[in-house]
Amino acid sequence: MNWILVCPYRRLQPERGVAALVEDEPVAVFRLHDGTLRAIGNVDPFTGASVLSRGIVGTRGDAPTVASPLHKQVYDLGTGVCLDAPEVRVPTYPVRVRNGLVEVGWAPC
Amino acid sequence: MRLVVVGNGMVGHRLVSALRDRDPGGTWEITVLAEETRPAYDRVRLSAWFDGEPLDLPAVPGVEVHLGEPATALDPAGRKVFTRDGAYGYDELVLATGSYPFVPPVPGTDLPGCFVYRTVDDLEALRAYAEGRSTGVVVGGGLLGLEAANALRTLGLATHVVEFAPRLMPMQVDEAGGAMLRRHIEDLGLTVHTGRSAARITEGQVVFADGGIVRTDLVVFAAGVRPRDDLARAAGLAIGARGGIVVDETCRTSAAHVHAIGECAELGGRVYGLVAPGYAMAEVVADRLLGGTATFPGADTSTKLKLLGVDVASFGETTGPLDVTFTDPATRVYAKLVLSDDAKTLLGGVLVGDASAYPTLRACLGGPLPAPPLSLLAPAGADARRPLPGAAQVCSCNAVTKDTILAAIGSGAADVAAVKTCTRAGTTCGSCVPLLKGLLAEAGVAQSRALCEHFDHSRQELFDIIRVRGIRTFSELVARHGRGRGCDICKPVVASILASLGTGYILDGEQAALQDTNDHFLANIQRDGTYSVVPRIPGGEITPDKLIVIGEVARDFGLYTKITGGQRIDLFGARVEQLPKIWRRLVDAGFESGHAYGKALRTVKSCVGSTWCRYGVQDSVGLAIELELRYRGLRAPHKVKAAVSGCARECAEARGKDFGVIATEHGWNLYVGGNGGFRPRHADLFLSDVPTDVLVRTIDRFLMYYIRTADRLQRTAAWLECLDGGLDHLRHVIVDDALGLCAELDAAMAAHVESYVDEWRSTVDDADRLERFVSFVNAPDAPDPSISFGVERGQRVPVAR
Repeated sequence: MNWILVCPYRRLQPERGVAALVEDEPVAVFRLHDGTLRAIGNVDPFTGASVLSRGIVGTRGDAPTVASPLHKQVYDLGTGVCLDAPEVRVPTYPVRVRNGLVEVGWAPC
Repeated sequence: MRLVVVGNGMVGHRLVSALRDRDPGGTWEITVLAEETRPAYDRVRLSAWFDGEPLDLPAVPGVEVHLGEPATALDPAGRKVFTRDGAYGYDELVLATGSYPFVPPVPGTDLPGCFVYRTVDDLEALRAYAEGRSTGVVVGGGLLGLEAANALRTLGLATHVVEFAPRLMPMQVDEAGGAMLRRHIEDLGLTVHTGRSAARITEGQVVFADGGIVRTDLVVFAAGVRPRDDLARAAGLAIGARGGIVVDETCRTSAAHVHAIGECAELGGRVYGLVAPGYAMAEVVADRLLGGTATFPGADTSTKLKLLGVDVASFGETTGPLDVTFTDPATRVYAKLVLSDDAKTLLGGVLVGDASAYPTLRACLGGPLPAPPLSLLAPAGADARRPLPGAAQVCSCNAVTKDTILAAIGSGAADVAAVKTCTRAGTTCGSCVPLLKGLLAEAGVAQSRALCEHFDHSRQELFDIIRVRGIRTFSELVARHGRGRGCDICKPVVASILASLGTGYILDGEQAALQDTNDHFLANIQRDGTYSVVPRIPGGEITPDKLIVIGEVARDFGLYTKITGGQRIDLFGARVEQLPKIWRRLVDAGFESGHAYGKALRTVKSCVGSTWCRYGVQDSVGLAIELELRYRGLRAPHKVKAAVSGCARECAEARGKDFGVIATEHGWNLYVGGNGGFRPRHADLFLSDVPTDVLVRTIDRFLMYYIRTADRLQRTAAWLECLDGGLDHLRHVIVDDALGLCAELDAAMAAHVESYVDEWRSTVDDADRLERFVSFVNAPDAPDPSISFGVERGQRVPVAR
């Protein structure tokens, strides 16, 4: 597992996302209300646009979620599953904070 | 079995549709002979045609309708009816030929510029002729005459109403009611001539029997109708002394196998000129054709109308043994109840200026009063909503009782639309819809108003909670009044409420997390994840220098350029990291955000107005700019669009806007509640001929009241339709200040105007705020590789995926 630097933790606003390039893949990193982080693929599978980092963060039941800013499908930030179309999912990535810096894990295949 | 129906008006249509409903096996083969060339339409709402509203009645399947093929002769012995094109044999025949407009037999009524008011064709001809003309006279001050007068007024003509009787609406209201009605109508700028009759029409004028003269460009005859009985008369059927095909209580005529229904039929010496009795007759005949035994017992002639914006209702007897009257010259309200001589039974009544008690009173006709008379009549009498007896007729157009409606609710009808479908109540004139709502509530059917899974409240309730408790953050709100951490539904709603309450820059602190992506990036996201940029061009007025700046910016950033419907310019294809650079160039040239991305005021469109236009009567561009600058940045439950037209030609299309202003010779007319979009609606006239300060104050209050009370994503049109009491309620609140809210609404708007700042400038001037405008937080200079462009008609467009 390689850990790719994204940005300082303080760059992240509560309940918003940022987009990062991880080995040329666009990844969306979110800071939740409790301060923990989640990372999923940034590409909206319905449109192919790289936009999920710009969606609204919230919850459905107990699951932390983001809604696509284009057509509002909601994704579980823990599993990447689209809760409005469970056959669709986006990739998820490990994410950690080290020395105040956010890093996303990347497993070479 | 073969049924031929002569006439395709509302009553003929009702017969055919009732018969088809009850005869699924198709015992009857139905042929309809129609004189008009258009499919059956709703003549009761004829005037709404001027507003572009569709009037079509639902087509009835499995019926052969011959449009434009009137019956010309009838042979009852041979059971045949003839048209220009052929003959139709029948087993049963129904005459539903309706009426024709009565034109007084005076010289000159055949001159050009003389019209009647009965069909859509009549209205088309009238509108075409009125174009560019200034004055019109309506002969007839009854129900139809006042409808026609309203049409002329809508067409921008100075309008006169001539009534032979000493008061307006002599058939429906008493003398005092007529006098009150006259005051209302004169307030609107119409000229009323009662007790006068036209002696002759000459080119350009109407000459009265008393020698007086009115100069006019056109004349509309709307002095009543006469039964259309010529076909029956020629075939030898019995005809009433004053016209009308004589029928018995089963609607049979004097000829075997021939029935007559609606306005062409005469029963017991009486012809009914309203749709409800016609519908009842249609139902009787439909029942009898299928072997039933229904009879038509006669019908009452209760009516409730809105004429020229004035509510008028009459029901039962309008004079009688005991009267209770209520007159309020200040609010121009007149009401009268007619009681039996023991003062216990309601026999009838008249309401002018406020008819809110009508549904209750109408339902109690012939029975005991539900409350003391005065408490029923007083306009603010909320007491008018007493529980009705089960047998009371709630919908008089379709003869639906309270018990029928409760039964429908009991078997699952959970909202007004479902009740309408099950029972037909409320589907004709709509005056009983408030009662239907009340019955749903009475039956304990509650509609969930919860916004989403995080809040049990409606937007309006959240607005009040936030305002009254002084809540400033989403976290505080959801912790105290909701659950979870919100979603894409509730967060933008709360963001909009906080913005409306003036909590500063919308992207600071926790508010940033609430905004939809468009508000978050102050631009409009497009299908490929790029954004479009729309600078404000107030009123659509722009200098050549500024136009050149927009062109240069578009060229330098390679933006696709398109003119919008709101008279501004949209620049497409900007990547996130380009937005601040684009804004910097625009802001430095004197532009600001056009808020195209927000649920906020968008544009105030204008025509060129009196500055240049030879027809313009006011400076529409100047007013549009003033209004756009006043309301820019105002966050609302949905987008708000507006327009100002400099004359009645309405080139700015103001009636298609949330609020629209049309210049008059004397000031401005204000229209509210229009929109284009999915369900287009024309705005309703709210104020006439007011000066600019009154206009602006009223728009201030209209917008603020909308912002406070509307639902999420509810445009003003839908909001007004759902507002209990509709336009009248709105007028009570923001013109009469009945709720004492106006000072607060005024202060809220003043605070908005005072605190406005350009969101683009606030962003480009602040390094912290610029941080988010990067493609990738760890590669800020790398453009998003998923965005690529092709070229179409010389401009850059997204490559289709």
